[in-house]
Amino acid sequence: MANDPSEKDPNAKPPEGPAGSGATPPKPATPAAPSQPPASAPPAGAPHAKPAAPAAAAPPKPPAPPKEAPPKPVPLDNELVQRLKARFGEAIREATLDRKQAIVLVAAAQLREIARYCRDDEKFNMLADLTAVDWPKREQRFDVILNLYSFPKNERLRLKAHAAENEPVPSVCEVWPAANWLERECFDMFGIVFEGHPDLKRILLPDEWQGHPLRKDYDILKQDTAWVRENLGIESGQ
Amino acid sequence: MNHLIPPSIQPYVFSVLYGIVIVALLPLLAGYIVLVERKVMADMQARLGPMRVGPHGLLQPIADALKLLIKEDIVPEKADRFLFWWAPVLSVTMALLAYAAIPFGPVFQIADLNVGLLFILAISSMGIYGIVLGGWASNSHYSLLGALRSAAQLVSYETAAGLGLVSALMLAGSLSMKEIVQAQYDQGVWFAFVVPVGFFIYFVGSIAETNRAPFDLPEAESELVAGYMTEYSGFRWALYFLGEYANMVVVGSIATTLFLGGWLRPFARNHDLLWGTSIELLDIVPALLFLGVAAYSFWTARRQPVQIQKLVMVAVGALCVVLAAVMTAALFASPAVMQGIHGAFWFLAKVFGYIYVFLWVRFTFPRYRFDQLMRLGWHFLIPLALVNVIVVGVTIVLQQNWEWRHPMLAAVATTVIMLGVAAFLAQEEKQHQESMPAAER
Amino acid sequence: MSDARAYGNSNVDTTVLGADEIILNMGPQHPSTHGVLRVKLKLDGERVVDSECIIGYLHRGVEKIAEHRSYQQFAPYVDRMDYVAAVSNGLGYCEAVEKLLGTEAPPRARVVRTILTELQRIASHLLWLGTHALDIGALTPVFYCFREREEILKIYEKYCGARLTTHAFRIGGLQYETYDGFEHDVKRFCEDFDKKIDEYETLLTENRIWVGRTKGIGILSAEDAIALGVTGPVLRASGMKWDIRKAMPYAAYDQYEFEIPTRPTGDTYDRYLVRMEEMRQSRRICLQAIENIPSGPIMARIGKVLKPPPGEVYHAIEAPKGELGYYVVSDGTTQPYRVRVRPPSFINLQAFDKMARGSLVADVVAIIGTIDIVLGEVDR
Repeated sequence: MANDPSEKDPNAKPPEGPAGSGATPPKPATPAAPSQPPASAPPAGAPHAKPAAPAAAAPPKPPAPPKEAPPKPVPLDNELVQRLKARFGEAIREATLDRKQAIVLVAAAQLREIARYCRDDEKFNMLADLTAVDWPKREQRFDVILNLYSFPKNERLRLKAHAAENEPVPSVCEVWPAANWLERECFDMFGIVFEGHPDLKRILLPDEWQGHPLRKDYDILKQDTAWVRENLGIESGQ
Repeated sequence: MNHLIPPSIQPYVFSVLYGIVIVALLPLLAGYIVLVERKVMADMQARLGPMRVGPHGLLQPIADALKLLIKEDIVPEKADRFLFWWAPVLSVTMALLAYAAIPFGPVFQIADLNVGLLFILAISSMGIYGIVLGGWASNSHYSLLGALRSAAQLVSYETAAGLGLVSALMLAGSLSMKEIVQAQYDQGVWFAFVVPVGFFIYFVGSIAETNRAPFDLPEAESELVAGYMTEYSGFRWALYFLGEYANMVVVGSIATTLFLGGWLRPFARNHDLLWGTSIELLDIVPALLFLGVAAYSFWTARRQPVQIQKLVMVAVGALCVVLAAVMTAALFASPAVMQGIHGAFWFLAKVFGYIYVFLWVRFTFPRYRFDQLMRLGWHFLIPLALVNVIVVGVTIVLQQNWEWRHPMLAAVATTVIMLGVAAFLAQEEKQHQESMPAAER
Repeated sequence: MSDARAYGNSNVDTTVLGADEIILNMGPQHPSTHGVLRVKLKLDGERVVDSECIIGYLHRGVEKIAEHRSYQQFAPYVDRMDYVAAVSNGLGYCEAVEKLLGTEAPPRARVVRTILTELQRIASHLLWLGTHALDIGALTPVFYCFREREEILKIYEKYCGARLTTHAFRIGGLQYETYDGFEHDVKRFCEDFDKKIDEYETLLTENRIWVGRTKGIGILSAEDAIALGVTGPVLRASGMKWDIRKAMPYAAYDQYEFEIPTRPTGDTYDRYLVRMEEMRQSRRICLQAIENIPSGPIMARIGKVLKPPPGEVYHAIEAPKGELGYYVVSDGTTQPYRVRVRPPSFINLQAFDKMARGSLVADVVAIIGTIDIVLGEVDR
């Protein structure tokens, strides 16, 4: 096929010498043979591991870059975090920087006040997203995540709060009206009750649906088999 | 031939004959106007239109008619059965009845009433009943609302259209359709050039009267309130549809008679003769037109991909050649026959041109919202039409009393004044729009 | 006033003046809701007093599925959300996972991704324009728009074999090299396209009826838009000059010059103008990009089995509909722990109530069209 990367080789137009790379299937660490013409500029960001090898003009993979440290979360203590800690003290549990994105773990009980502070004083005027993650093995199984964005500062911030299964979380609808449908979706998918929400009912699933699908203990396969058995009277083939 | 027919029914024979021809041909004609509309729509939308049913889709109207005839006849349970049956019949009957007074030529007219125009306008107004009754009989909240809206729209724009007609009427001096055309012959100019603003008003009014875009909100699919035709299916719906297209032809005929010179050819008073013969030069135009169309058909026949389409184009070309021959033959026949055939040709050509502009407008403009539509009718068209009547009337009187010899000067002056008035009204409208709070617009 | 209750019609409410309010249901099946959307309108005569959007008819559980697929296996699913602009969805997801892995696609891949995404933006706006004009009654622009869109879909088909749900990008770069003639096709399309936009503008922009139907309809102020989280052309038409491609550039956008169109009022007409101008700017980006596609590999070295280190990332791109964000949580296994899609259409649709209040019923259709929603994205 014309789109197969091994076929397209800008440097291999006339058949080359014995090491014509156009015909060679890509081998990870094989340097191209010396008969190849001097290479054009190496692909950016891929420093030569073997200085003797002409840097690859051939699409077969470039020499392996030195392994960078795998990304992982690191603690964060910048001015924003310090201001938050100064203002809310113990409610700010932890601050991390993961993949260069700021995450602040807060106490769920103070979520509304912290949100209001972030909107008014720290100028995070847009709620980009509000969602949740389920960690069933933890005692407070839900992570409620608020992704904020500040137009004036062009900065993002993530607020995280732990919530237990039957523990209501304060709603931030008064702070950002955008939270209305987002919290309804969280309720629908996870069963997290948002206190103070004007109209907390299911949004994506029918009103009479039982269960909260995005919880880790909601087994789609079991649900499907049960539904098929009940409504169609046959065994589901899954 | 007159001696074969008993004298008591002699006056009625030709009228009845024309009547039968019209009633028989009109549904077919309306069906083919639908096909033409679909082809023109397709052309403007960079596609081909119906191509499958018959070569180049020529049998599409037949297929549609057959389909509608064999469809299940659904009558809503709580509908008023008599009215449900009667409403589309009323609509179509009124549309067909209006043909009684329309002159297709100096001779082709079922009834030359001396109040012909009034008769046609009155009959068309009766057609509105068909719509209202249809909406009512459907026993559906939304159908009724749609029907009432449609009726309101029709009534308003009929007023404006009628006033537009009055300006041409004043120039003609008579309500008889034949006399109006004769007046255009006598004055040597089509009234569209003398009162162009009146023509424009009538044109816009007639688009609204026939429920065509951009005034087709009552029958638009994407609007919330369903139109009066919603509960109708099968042949009942076909009758409404037929009524609508027949109405288009009626409205086109009125416009042609009043504004575009009826059956007169362009430059009717120009009697220049073809060199060395006794045939008027301009009378060979129909034949030339047909020959031109025939030449184009033969030329495109070569490019058709499919054999049957090639044959059809050749057949169309041949048909045009035959018609050209008929036109030419008519030149050598008696003046009555010649006038009859050529008159019919020019009349039909103008009506179809008018309808083509209807189609063109439909596919170019978006739809008006209902309140904007009513505002346009009452705040713009009717004042404009009223002022038009007054201005034209004054001009006529001035011409008569002051021996103001050049009619075209009057026409130009009138037009300039009217354009000024129109601009003034449009400006008023714009200011009014901008001063309204946003939610009211 | 008590008549309503006497008739036992629970849908009828009486206002202070004794007029009746009715509830009109624009059901899930309707030619103008652009998918299965149900809108309940409370009307006072012709005016909309209150409205409620009921969604979920197209909910397919994409986020739950993600937890049971590997990262690469999930990539074709994201195309099916905003199926009108599938390539953008793919771009967002692939870049989010690349961030999670700590790698980046090579430059050649980034530039080709940019070109394909901008072409997709044009295609999405063309579809929007055609359907929006059709709702308002202009029957012709939809065919012209689809004619142009067809050219773009042909390019996609030649590139990756699919027209609509393309799965054009892979995590780490591209799978397919650009085909012979790719630059030529894109260039030819872009060169013809300017005249075509002019054609659409001739039909609509100065048309009195169009202006009358769209000006002043569905106004959304900038503060409301920000408070409601609205993004994309809707936000830009309300006066906020913000585009993620300029604010937080991704792919190769920082290399190209383009403008961000904004308009002051935030009515339907402004949104129309903003999207028309965006098409022109997208064309500009494509022309700049196609001049200079760097050579090199198209795929980063990331191995076949992807096991991102535990952590989370939120990556957002400027999709044609607004800010499309992916929040991906990894627990170190080959399957994502959680994938959350921040759907622009869902959040923009929340603003519908604000826009529709006080307007006439006939304008509701125009307002739904102007938000530019795709139900696949709203419901996922």
